Amino acid sequence: MTSAAPAAVPPQLNGPSRPAPGPAADEGLARRLRALACTAPLHDLDVRKANLAGEFGVYAMAEVALAAIDLVTLNMDFDTGADHEQIVARLQPRVAAQAPERPAAEHERVARWVLENLINVGSVDRGFRAVYGTFGADGAYVRRDYDFKLIEEVPGPGGTVFLRTTDEAVNVLVGALDTDVTSAQIAAEVKLEVLISRGRLADAQLAAEQARYRTVQYAETLRKTLDATRRNVRAVDWLQAVPDMIAEALDHVADRYRHENAILTNIRKARDEAEAAVDPKTAEHKRRAAELVDIVKDCIRRHTQLQSRLLEAGPLFRAEQDRQAFATPAAHAGLDLYGQLLAPVLPLPLERAGRVTDAFFARGTGLRVPASVRVGDLVEMLLTPPVEREHLGAEMPEPDLVETPDDSRFSEEQLASALELLDLPADAPRRLSGLLAEARRRDPELPYLVALLAVHAASPSVGTAYRQGEQSLLFAVDDGTPLDDPEFGGADLIVGKALLDAAGMAADRAEAS
Amino acid sequence: MTEYDANDVAQPETPEPPVASGAAQVTPADAADAARLIAFGLQPKLQPARDAEYADLLRRHRDDPAFARLADAVAAGLGLVVLEVSTRAGMAVTAAEDSVFAVRMGDYARRATVDSGDRFLHGLAHLAVAAMAFPRPEDLADDGYIGRVTVNGIDAFVRQACRRLEERAAEQGENTDPTSDAPGLEAAWRVYARRSATGATKDARRLAGSTTGIIAKAVAFLVDSGFLQRTGDDAGGAFRTTARYQLQVRDMAGTAAMAELLELGVVPVGDGTPTLLPPDDTDDLELVADAGLPFHA
Repeated sequence: MTSAAPAAVPPQLNGPSRPAPGPAADEGLARRLRALACTAPLHDLDVRKANLAGEFGVYAMAEVALAAIDLVTLNMDFDTGADHEQIVARLQPRVAAQAPERPAAEHERVARWVLENLINVGSVDRGFRAVYGTFGADGAYVRRDYDFKLIEEVPGPGGTVFLRTTDEAVNVLVGALDTDVTSAQIAAEVKLEVLISRGRLADAQLAAEQARYRTVQYAETLRKTLDATRRNVRAVDWLQAVPDMIAEALDHVADRYRHENAILTNIRKARDEAEAAVDPKTAEHKRRAAELVDIVKDCIRRHTQLQSRLLEAGPLFRAEQDRQAFATPAAHAGLDLYGQLLAPVLPLPLERAGRVTDAFFARGTGLRVPASVRVGDLVEMLLTPPVEREHLGAEMPEPDLVETPDDSRFSEEQLASALELLDLPADAPRRLSGLLAEARRRDPELPYLVALLAVHAASPSVGTAYRQGEQSLLFAVDDGTPLDDPEFGGADLIVGKALLDAAGMAADRAEAS
Repeated sequence: MTEYDANDVAQPETPEPPVASGAAQVTPADAADAARLIAFGLQPKLQPARDAEYADLLRRHRDDPAFARLADAVAAGLGLVVLEVSTRAGMAVTAAEDSVFAVRMGDYARRATVDSGDRFLHGLAHLAVAAMAFPRPEDLADDGYIGRVTVNGIDAFVRQACRRLEERAAEQGENTDPTSDAPGLEAAWRVYARRSATGATKDARRLAGSTTGIIAKAVAFLVDSGFLQRTGDDAGGAFRTTARYQLQVRDMAGTAAMAELLELGVVPVGDGTPTLLPPDDTDDLELVADAGLPFHA
């Protein structure tokens, strides 16, 4: 149901492989009817809002629904989907904007109602069904059921449930029904470049967003294939199809990466040029350019993620191959449950397949000892009041805490004292020998701490200070002078403090990220 | 030495070894012991290694042919089929058809009686658990093999198989959308593919009608049957198989389902070639047979 992608190839391209002579026009009609059906749940929302208890006429439900599909698509990642609550929360500003005078609880209710209807929580399949008619090969008119989902729920780690948009939903959303994933992406990006060079940023943003939807969709197709490899090496054609696909996808990633970086540079330029001007129209351009930078950055991030998955594919295959194919074969073979039972059953019509699964169920579930009840016991059981369940659960025992002994070598006061001693003016570094002597006058233990801190400063953590935006940094340098001290030997380090350009570093960091 | 001990406990009046006793007289005490052994077998989660009396009776069944015949007769009379009697599997008995001990689909899942789609999904879940627990024919044949399955893994596996069928149908330009007035003619894989994998519920429990819900029900039931043991909570619940499950699948369920399939006129590949591929995918079959490492470096 979720992979409508193979069917999305235009019919004239795979003409030779189609055996049936059926009317080609009818085929196209069926595809368009299915595409049309995908939009029906959205229209349906606006029709059915009248049935809700309360006055919900002010809300444009189809708009909220499209926004919800947008949000779920953009929050989909490789491993998980989008979080249900998060989507509801992010939908609320739009719902609130449609009716600002209404209470927030109602806005949340509307957001929830729309999302649940997109999942179609009420039906057992949690999906939609549309009926359409086609002419069969023999010319007879048959009505068919088309089942589809817009947002599906998938299991996440730890038993959680995540949301994913289906291919159907992405196609409806992008408005490019029945197109090839790769070519559509290339087209979107070419369009984007042209738009930017002409300075039409509003359209450029639209194109960039379309490019991102396509990116997500492409990643999804690849994820499905890699998943299949992990489950069963032989279920995937590793001789031709998968290596070809991986090579193709790596080329694709490299190509897109180059492309999007070029776009990024271009928009940055556009943004910075717009920055110089002050009139409101240019300010609007600047804002759009900034948004565009975010979108393209996200595209690049997704491509990078895709690439790392692609590189893992080879080793994963070899490990699975070792595990599955190189074990010593058993002397006698048994029944191949998958190949001889499960796989032949799945393509059968439901009626016939059910007979096989019924037979397996009847013999494969084991036995149950039937329970027999005495009337006397039954009366007693029914009359026993239910056990009150503690609302908060059992009482937690008071933890028995043991004081851990303080075994630090130096106390807090000593550390403060040593740091104060090392808090040197930026233009006046000191010799370690002098510092040690001063420390010894304050506290006989203190020189050890001072020496330790000074040795640490010999290799200052510049990177950390840079990342954290520190104002200054303690450093120590050996100029070859030997240390003359009763307790310590080695080099008489020059200890000093370097001032760092915090503002400059912050700007650099912002640019780099 | 131990076998005499067992005999002495059970038959204090007849200390002579009953090895050659084709027509040895059966005492009520013998019948009680045989029935007791069957009773142990009716508690499938009970391990023979954990119960001394159970282990003694199993030894007696092995060493005393007359007692073995008696126990088998008691089982048959109750409507039970003896799969194996051993210290690893215990007294492995299962319900014969129409026995009072048999599990009925209607008792198993209420909805399954009214909806043929649900009935199929519940049956398929059990078949899929077995197929994932014993992925290769060797695994099912090897007595020492212990299969490991997870709920989400099984669902993903069946879904992948359905997806392959869908892709193949699309390649052939086939319209797999079923006719509206004949739900029984819908391809079985479509019923699975269109059912959602999971779903949020108000009380954070698994959605019973989702495919993971149906599979979780199947594995929970198999745990109660002593066929699976829970090993962890990852991926929706992780389980390992027991010796009993292997026997049940190999000797009962697999052959019964196979016979039904043959009766339907579907003849799956019978050459015993180890393959996890659907049998009609001939190109890939050749690849598996000839290529030790189907990956050109």
